[in-house]
Amino acid sequence: MFQMRPLVTLIVSGALLLIIGSSIGLLAAPAERYMGDVQRIMYIHVPCAWMALLAFSYAFVSALFYLLYGGWRHDARLEAALEAGAIYSLLLCLQGALWAKPTWGVYWAWDPRLTTTAIMMFGFGGIIALRGFVREPTRRARWSAVAAIIAFVNVPLVYFSVRLWGSLHQLQSGPRSIAGPFLVPLGLNALGLVLLTSGLMGIRARAAWLRRERKMGPEAPDERRPLEPPVKESGGDA
Amino acid sequence: MSVSPRKAKRRIPRRMIWGVLVVGIVVFLAMAINRLGRSVVYYWGPSELRSAGDQAVGASIRLGGRVVPGSVDKREKDTLMFDVSDNRSTIRVRTRATPPQMFREGIGVVVEGTLGRDGVFDGARLLVSHGNEYRQPRNGEKIDMRQLMRSTEGLETPEQGRRP
Repeated sequence: MFQMRPLVTLIVSGALLLIIGSSIGLLAAPAERYMGDVQRIMYIHVPCAWMALLAFSYAFVSALFYLLYGGWRHDARLEAALEAGAIYSLLLCLQGALWAKPTWGVYWAWDPRLTTTAIMMFGFGGIIALRGFVREPTRRARWSAVAAIIAFVNVPLVYFSVRLWGSLHQLQSGPRSIAGPFLVPLGLNALGLVLLTSGLMGIRARAAWLRRERKMGPEAPDERRPLEPPVKESGGDA
Repeated sequence: MSVSPRKAKRRIPRRMIWGVLVVGIVVFLAMAINRLGRSVVYYWGPSELRSAGDQAVGASIRLGGRVVPGSVDKREKDTLMFDVSDNRSTIRVRTRATPPQMFREGIGVVVEGTLGRDGVFDGARLLVSHGNEYRQPRNGEKIDMRQLMRSTEGLETPEQGRRP
């Protein structure tokens, strides 16, 4: 579990794609017709947004798996995903502010998209803090898994907020609303960021896994299912 | 101890309880948000503002819509006037705020302010809301940032946007 070599491959290929995509976006792609060069921030803003949503979705799935099946690997993945998602949400808000000032006229507005994003950032950031407060690993894993599932309710809201309430933020962009030359750097950067983040999250999960193991020793077979009463006969996993 | 026979009797697995709890929380929040979604809006359109009648006068409101082409009027010094429309109704807006560089005819705007007795909306803050469309320049067209920033032309008075 958590092999290093494929993770490093992911990171290197992701970083390469990001460099290529950003170079095309900054140097080769034309400026947008109405926004000018300002629009180029899209090539990192939109991938960061997708990554934040993806990371928190992965945290949700890991939390669910931990509660249903147990197993420390799910808790390690939850920890990695929480941190990645929090970093991307913070980046997202900063980039958004930079983009908003020249286009909307303000750095920040309490618009539905921005508000739900802030709730997402502070919600999951709070879970990271919660993990810092709880020393006992089993309790920490269980509490943060439940909290992550509750906080995840907001994640689809972030995505759909622009349609639900009417917002200052533009609707989701798709291939039809973005001109061809802009799609190439956007796609490359999105793919690059997914690969890079997967690799980094893998290493982060590995670190969490090793840290727990050093503290508590190797995972006992019955820790795999910490939420079920001990099974009397045939404890093997199916 | 007396705990063990009780434990042995329990039929419902604990993870089932967790699952039910989680599903319950999610359903509750989804319902709460659904109700919120119907009652909360970020801005009003001109037609909603019109149908509110006198109740809308004097209240702090965000008005959202599109700038009607041909309605932008910068004749009065330091004042910008334009019509905001949602294709059903139109409301005249008067503001002393400096428009963002994206401001132009046909673009989406959100204006924060109050509706006056005269039916003109007094905007304290003017925000531009651009669409999700990103277009490349036409063949041979050069994008000139100065050209794009001409929305503020004739309104260049520092600190205009920051009214007390």
